Amino acid sequence: MAHITLPPGLQGIRGPMAFRPETAKPLNELVEVLLHAPNSLTPGERELIATYVSYLNDCYFCQTVHGFIASAHLDEDEELVRRVKADFQYADISPKLKTLLVIAGKVQRGGKHVTAADVEQARAAGATDIEIHDTVLIAAAFCMYNRYVDGLATWQPQEEDLYRERGKRTAREGYVTVSRDYIPQPTPTTV
Amino acid sequence: MAHIELPQGLPGISAGFAFRPETAKPMRELAHILLHEPNSLEPGERELIATYVSSLNECYFCQTSHGAAAACHLGESATVRQVAVDYTQAAISEKLKSLLVIAAKVQQDGKKVTESDVAAARAQGASDMEIHDTVLIAAAFCMYNRYVDGLGTWQPRDEAMYAPMGQHLASHGYRTPSIQAVNPASAGAAEKTESILA
Repeated sequence: MAHITLPPGLQGIRGPMAFRPETAKPLNELVEVLLHAPNSLTPGERELIATYVSYLNDCYFCQTVHGFIASAHLDEDEELVRRVKADFQYADISPKLKTLLVIAGKVQRGGKHVTAADVEQARAAGATDIEIHDTVLIAAAFCMYNRYVDGLATWQPQEEDLYRERGKRTAREGYVTVSRDYIPQPTPTTV
Repeated sequence: MAHIELPQGLPGISAGFAFRPETAKPMRELAHILLHEPNSLEPGERELIATYVSSLNECYFCQTSHGAAAACHLGESATVRQVAVDYTQAAISEKLKSLLVIAAKVQQDGKKVTESDVAAARAQGASDMEIHDTVLIAAAFCMYNRYVDGLGTWQPRDEAMYAPMGQHLASHGYRTPSIQAVNPASAGAAEKTESILA
């Protein structure tokens, strides 16, 4: 049972987002920019970073839903997502993404763990400043989302099938659009 | 030196915000709602939660700037220092102490928050909204702190520089920049040389 009374029937982050639409708005806008908006890193690559950090933080809801969003972007390759979580150095991803996952893993433990050498490696593999910036911020942001979801003890049914179809839709439509399903919308005021 | 090429003369998170305005906007908005907008928890109490979590994460820039904002709201800085050292002995309400217990657990891992932590906060009068916001403030500062440190931002070890930032944050909140670019060479004097984020 969740630590506070959340709207019923909503899994994971959806419960607290529906509980507090004011904070849900920037939370959804941030993840939309970081993971869904066009960028030189593909959405699939960025979702893999989010999934990996959520896995390190042991957040079932986030790693599962973002894992399925990632695979939806990556030709339904669920095995690749599992491999990135288990040992990304041996996964079939670009050397650049591997260097970014090293940085993400350090940020998950604490920002000060990131070294100049880590950043050099990423740059040598072709990472740009904005890609390094976004990797740090995706990793940092999922240290927030994961704690938000787990810290309120939200409902996280351990059934993968629940998340698969939702992942496809979020991959297609993005976070802000999908959030209108479960966040109470302000009623338009007549002027 | 920062890990990436950030705008010159902006300390801490302001450099990341200036580098990437698209992500700065929701990050500013989130902090504004959590820390500044009217709420049953006083802004000073919420800034103390942010400062405490930032000190647990050992983020110099965040703990110093939010500590300065908290001191502005409270009208004194002794409580801010005491909360960082040992909040159980600080001149704060029992309710806030019970919320700081929850915040510290969230800083480690959300799953560490127990039913009895929440029951203890409720027994001190904390509402569901206050418990929610405490969890989200603590979680959000696990993001802000990692962002600031993970980019290797410039964090001058000069408390005097943070006092005007704290004043801006306490009076205007988070939607607008709290600091203008300073010349790193004269950071000791906190000399403002140019405004790049007008």
